Amino acid sequence: MPFTPPSVDDVLAALASRFGDVESSVFRGQTRVVVPAAVAFDVLAWLKESGFDLLVDVTCVDYLDYPGATHRYGLVYLLTATGTNQRLTVRVFVDDPDPTVKSVVSLWRGADWLEREVWDLFGIRFTGHPDLRRLVMPEEFTAHPLRKDYPLQGRGERHNFPVITRDHS
Amino acid sequence: MSIATFDTTGPQANARSEDYLWTLNFGPQHPATHTTLRLVLKLEGERVVDAMPEMGYLHSGFEKIGEHLTFNQYVTVTDRMNYISPMANNVAWHHAVETLLGIELTPRCTYIRTIIAELARISDHLLCNGAVGLDTGAFTFFLYGFYQREVIYDIFETLCGARFTNSYTRVGGVSQDFTPLVIEKIRTFLKTFPKTLDDMERLLTRNRIFVDRTKGVGVLSKDEAMSGSATGPVARASGITRDLRKDEPYLAYADLDFQVCCASAGDCYARYLVRMQEMRESLKIVAQALENLPAGPVNVGIDQRTALPSKQQVYSTIEGTISHFELSMSNRGFEVPNEESYAAIEAPNGELGFYVVGDGSEAAYRARCRPPSVLHFALFPQLIRGHTLSDVVAVLGSLNIIAAELDR
Repeated sequence: MPFTPPSVDDVLAALASRFGDVESSVFRGQTRVVVPAAVAFDVLAWLKESGFDLLVDVTCVDYLDYPGATHRYGLVYLLTATGTNQRLTVRVFVDDPDPTVKSVVSLWRGADWLEREVWDLFGIRFTGHPDLRRLVMPEEFTAHPLRKDYPLQGRGERHNFPVITRDHS
Repeated sequence: MSIATFDTTGPQANARSEDYLWTLNFGPQHPATHTTLRLVLKLEGERVVDAMPEMGYLHSGFEKIGEHLTFNQYVTVTDRMNYISPMANNVAWHHAVETLLGIELTPRCTYIRTIIAELARISDHLLCNGAVGLDTGAFTFFLYGFYQREVIYDIFETLCGARFTNSYTRVGGVSQDFTPLVIEKIRTFLKTFPKTLDDMERLLTRNRIFVDRTKGVGVLSKDEAMSGSATGPVARASGITRDLRKDEPYLAYADLDFQVCCASAGDCYARYLVRMQEMRESLKIVAQALENLPAGPVNVGIDQRTALPSKQQVYSTIEGTISHFELSMSNRGFEVPNEESYAAIEAPNGELGFYVVGDGSEAAYRARCRPPSVLHFALFPQLIRGHTLSDVVAVLGSLNIIAAELDR
């Protein structure tokens, strides 16, 4: 009997029996599941055990003025099962004033810099991250520029950076 | 700062070994980083104890700009991400946009995009391997590679007028169709390039100095590569057989015969070999795609309302005129769903994907780029620990870090 890999639906069914009902949808053949922030880490750890072994990306979307949005930030975890070439998108929604989610660096080393980038540009705090510093913006920077309430032109930071001259370096 | 010497007999013998470490700041402006990135190295004599990579020197807010430019305008910014292979970025961006909009390309367009993406891969690997050679002392090899890059630039110039920042693709098509001259130039390249590739392999693959400098250096194990989300040649050199062209065939790859190049050693030399072999496979792909290039329109039809109609259609049909005007107006263009999707291609450097969120307008609500360089650069400290300072350039070169893509 030929081997048939478990379909994404089977994985979702197993996920629902374990973590309660999860909201899932399909768009252009891509399956997305929405999981609560409280169990996000457990779900991702379980998914890693069930074959989704490659973390493709961790990113975030700020739904500040998005039509019909109910939450402010939507984290995106893109997973791939390299054995079966299936993809799964895990969405985790968090809100102000303290958007926090548990870090997955202990599951995938690659999440280290991806989470640092999300912290840097969106201000989502990842608890348990070993080294949550800014990645692309300078340390002194205070804002989180990919938030929708941050203007494209910036807030003048660029012109007010301290200039280090050769004498003062 | 003074150079520490390890004196095991003097009064300092009991001092902590950390007292003998010294810190070297490598970059952000250094000829061997090739781009603007910085490494803070902790050295014990010549041995690297630890490395702290730092990035962000070229951060220009490309993802923020992506929220303000339309789907067609943003392609100019993607050129500037991985500027070693801009055509691949163009293809990746519009592949993601078309996934969101649900556009089915014409067969001719998929073949054309396949050809240019593979030419971009050859040009990237030539530069990457050339730079590894250059940094380990093989200057001639680098020039051989760079000359062939010029030939590819000439092809792109004939194709779309731009050599470097091509901005070639459009939503639902490409900006220019292949002309007979372009096809002739690609055919010439297909004929002449294998000879240069043979020369390059003869120069370096069995070169004693090069092999000693790269073999066993910067070893990335399969598990580390998997855990660190490595993709592309870096992952394939560590024994991961993942290649999106085979695993999730997009464009015309399902029709074409080629092999996925893998190695198991995971060191700099394996990454070099994988890239050399991939160039040969890319040549096979280009040759097959060029000979089987379908006839017919290159852009999607007028009824899809995405690609500008040809001038002949605009001047001679009412549908063409209406479509041209509507696409030129800011509020009458594409129909974008309030949805989000992710689509990736196998770029020369690894999986290059875009997570695009649409909000009904012609600009993306969010245009996340999944850059392979970031994940590869994060692997750098674990690859360099225990090696010498001179190995830094070999490892850095073999990871092919492009700072513009790193920082965006």
